[in-house]
Amino acid sequence: MKILVCITKAPDTTTKIGFSDNNTTFNEAGVQWIINPFDEWYSLVRALELKETNVASAVHMITVGKADAEPVIRKALALGGDEAIRIDGESKDSFYIATQIAEYAKDKAYDMILTGKESIDYGNSSIGGMVAEMLDMPFISHASKLDINGTIATVNREIEGGEETNSCNLPIVISCQKGMAEARIPNMRGIMAARTKPLTVVPPATADELTSIVAYDMPAQKSGIKMIDADNMDELVRLLHEEAKVI
Amino acid sequence: MIVVFAESNNGSFKKASFEAIQYASQVGNQLGTQVCAVVFGDANNLELLGNYGANKVIHVADARLNNIESKAYTTAICEIAQSENASVIVFSNNNTAKAVAPRVAARLKAGLVAGAISLPDTSNGFVIKKGVFAGKAFAMVNIKSAIKVISITPNSFPVVQSEATASIESKNIDFKANDFAIKVEAVNKVTGIVPLGEAELVVSGGRGLKGPENWGILEELGTSLGATLACSRPVADSHWRPHHEHVGQTGGTIRPNLYIAVGISGAIQHLAGVNSSKTIVVINKDPEAPFFKAGDYGVLGDAFDILPKLTAAVKKFKAAQNA
Repeated sequence: MKILVCITKAPDTTTKIGFSDNNTTFNEAGVQWIINPFDEWYSLVRALELKETNVASAVHMITVGKADAEPVIRKALALGGDEAIRIDGESKDSFYIATQIAEYAKDKAYDMILTGKESIDYGNSSIGGMVAEMLDMPFISHASKLDINGTIATVNREIEGGEETNSCNLPIVISCQKGMAEARIPNMRGIMAARTKPLTVVPPATADELTSIVAYDMPAQKSGIKMIDADNMDELVRLLHEEAKVI
Repeated sequence: MIVVFAESNNGSFKKASFEAIQYASQVGNQLGTQVCAVVFGDANNLELLGNYGANKVIHVADARLNNIESKAYTTAICEIAQSENASVIVFSNNNTAKAVAPRVAARLKAGLVAGAISLPDTSNGFVIKKGVFAGKAFAMVNIKSAIKVISITPNSFPVVQSEATASIESKNIDFKANDFAIKVEAVNKVTGIVPLGEAELVVSGGRGLKGPENWGILEELGTSLGATLACSRPVADSHWRPHHEHVGQTGGTIRPNLYIAVGISGAIQHLAGVNSSKTIVVINKDPEAPFFKAGDYGVLGDAFDILPKLTAAVKKFKAAQNA
């Protein structure tokens, strides 16, 4: 069974966010890039576990991005996996990115394609569903548990107000979230091995960008916290009712 | 036509569906077109969706649609969108929409904005605002395709009711065999509470509460307000509280009107999940807790002392309101 894991880079959570060119460009100066945590901790690590238990025969990872995405994909290779593919195109449009992944995957006979539930930068939660549609595969979103038995995937997924257990024949696309696996730290052997693992650069397929970001904006600064005496909770309730108007 | 997906749960509709219909109705006003709400599976009182701005309701009663199957939902929504000549398709950006909207967008080759918090600005293109970088910024996204898919962040738009009713049309969809590939083996829904994603009032506890045995005072505050409970990551990881209560970057992202954080220091990963809350109250005994910088109202002191007092004050307020 072959698994393809979709990886994207994202700014570290603690990164200070800023924009340049009259608020039209994300200022990347000084940004610490990490593997999108949902891609790394959940989908990639679960794929590696399936390989370690001989359920999967190969784990490939794919990213869509320019050369600056390579350190992140090398880090992913240091955790494990057999090879990586970088589609040499860049876009913030989900349709463009999903098209690249689907075009690469369509004749490679992957049994399972995993994504994180969302990226922590643009948070669209859209790549998994789009890739599934483009490849005419079933899609299970927000999976917190994944087991494979022969050709059947059994998945726990989060639904509105609860959880569901689903089963489905392979091939399938699954987006992964917390619960799926535990975070790992690459060891020295993994880091050394990653240097020699194949990283294939593929030119992008022709694809439309259906959306574009025309500007960014920062939220209004909080006007500062109003402290209330611990012995005067009537005052807090009054403020929540009269000033904040939330109760 | 604006097509809006109105999700029903066991036959009835939640506020998020009304909000999506109302948003669709405002987009319809902007573009000079009508609104068609699409409803799947068991559903009652469909004409009342007109109260929120639907001119027409198309009901696909197929019982198989009581389960969320992204492929079948996509087939039905796309067929209706095409027969109604839809220019915009609206969802409420919950777990269902996250499974379905991207598929619909891909099938129709339509640009998608997930997590919209504004109406489109059509003065130069079709530009919609959404939160990015875990609530630390906003992006203005222009959709360039002929058909547009918008999935709105729940609890972002006002909902007002009118007396208008909608016409109802039943429709059969000719599904393909592989539209229903996923089998639902078991469902485990939390009953009796408003799910966190939809909650307007949230009371949340952190490590400062010292142990699961101390959650009673937080529950009492929650009950007095009619609020849903949440917790920080260490609390969920230590199994003091169930995982579905976990809010933060790796847990749920919420946007309630009121978020009361008790004994939570306010690490950036936690703030990423809650910083879009309209009003934040921070209760902490550490004056250096970073959460105080992100809050609107703060109370410095011991939660075990403050919570019973706050609950009593809320009860007094509610009693006075009901008098």
